[in-house]
Amino acid sequence: MTDGLEHDDAARLAAVRRVAGEVPDPEIPVLTIADLGVLRDVAIENGRAVVSITPTYTGCPAMNVIRDEIVAAVEAAGLGPVEVRTVLSPAWTTDWMTAAGREALRNYGIAPPAPGPAPVTFFRTVPVACPRCGSTDTAEIAPFGSTACKSLRRCERCREPFDYFKTH
Amino acid sequence: MQTGSITVADQPLLRFVLQRADDALVLGHRLSEWNGKAPLMEEEMALSNMALDLIGQARALYTYAGEVEGVGRDEDAYAYLRDERAYLNVLLVEQPNGDFAVTIVRQMLYAAFIEPYWQRLMASTDATLAAIAAKAQKEAAYHLRHSAEWVIRLGDGTDESHRRAQDALDLLWPFTGELFEVSDAERSLLASGVAVDPAPLRAVWRETVSRVVADATLTLPADGWMQRGGREGRHSEYLGHLLTDLQYLQRSHPGATW
Repeated sequence: MTDGLEHDDAARLAAVRRVAGEVPDPEIPVLTIADLGVLRDVAIENGRAVVSITPTYTGCPAMNVIRDEIVAAVEAAGLGPVEVRTVLSPAWTTDWMTAAGREALRNYGIAPPAPGPAPVTFFRTVPVACPRCGSTDTAEIAPFGSTACKSLRRCERCREPFDYFKTH
Repeated sequence: MQTGSITVADQPLLRFVLQRADDALVLGHRLSEWNGKAPLMEEEMALSNMALDLIGQARALYTYAGEVEGVGRDEDAYAYLRDERAYLNVLLVEQPNGDFAVTIVRQMLYAAFIEPYWQRLMASTDATLAAIAAKAQKEAAYHLRHSAEWVIRLGDGTDESHRRAQDALDLLWPFTGELFEVSDAERSLLASGVAVDPAPLRAVWRETVSRVVADATLTLPADGWMQRGGREGRHSEYLGHLLTDLQYLQRSHPGATW
């Protein structure tokens, strides 16, 4: 009996991890929260599934949506009840983004983040390759883009503007 | 639901957390006042993004203040239900936006202080403060870069932009001394390693600001009389006006949610 329960818990844990991890970022839907490194931990506590996530930027409005979508997804899969907890430490970094996530970003037309930490330099940025043609001859148009996590750049070779997911 | 103004406990850690939170909220609110009327579309996004970062930092800190005080107050209670004299932000962040030069010089002066400040607070013995600092530091680094580049562009730009940038620097300089003051609340938290002493940061700050000002071909003002009082709740006339805007809805429709 005990073995059965433990097995059930282990199976549920794995299922919750998969279902929660597949929740897409509402602003960059090609990335899942597992790709982003936002999903930190999954546990079963007293019959409740507990999903721990870490915020990307402290003011990122996507976090509220992500929280709601995790609850909806886990409950829809019949794996509830579920509670979402926010953990602040260790602080999220773009270095946690998975290789698959980086590739998905590039295919979507967003240049993936350079390794952190980002140095504070004036009028200079790290080289960023164009997600379309691969040229590193690119320039920053605006350091703050359409979402908190992106800046806007332009490729000097193929002339396409593109988003860059900033190192954080 | 409490509807009138709240009085918070006089407790060092709580005051320290509120000082940090109030700096972030008030400056974030100031930047949000540019929504819809920034000089460029890109700058509209930049100012809004920085505002979002700052308000996000404030939310995390107010939530922690609620835990520290332990009487069931949430982030909104501290933001919406404290009167002007209960706000503990430095005077610099409440100064009006003025023209774009004033806004961006104010941002640079603050970011040059707060980025290394968060860096040091990451080593706080208080785990929550250390965690918030680790996030805020990365955001502040982008704010510093962006505002410093603008100060350099304006100062080293046209005669008109140079004049405006210099006027902004002269106007705001007397508010920079307060950044390095140690409040009574902070002093009692230094020994335990919860807070960090801002005084030694003056040299780091001065080096950054001097470099930016020199690149901008501007002149560093002389250190004369410095304004103070914000950390004890004595504010310039501008904070009250800001709060009437920020708190209007909760004060007129207590407990309103949406």
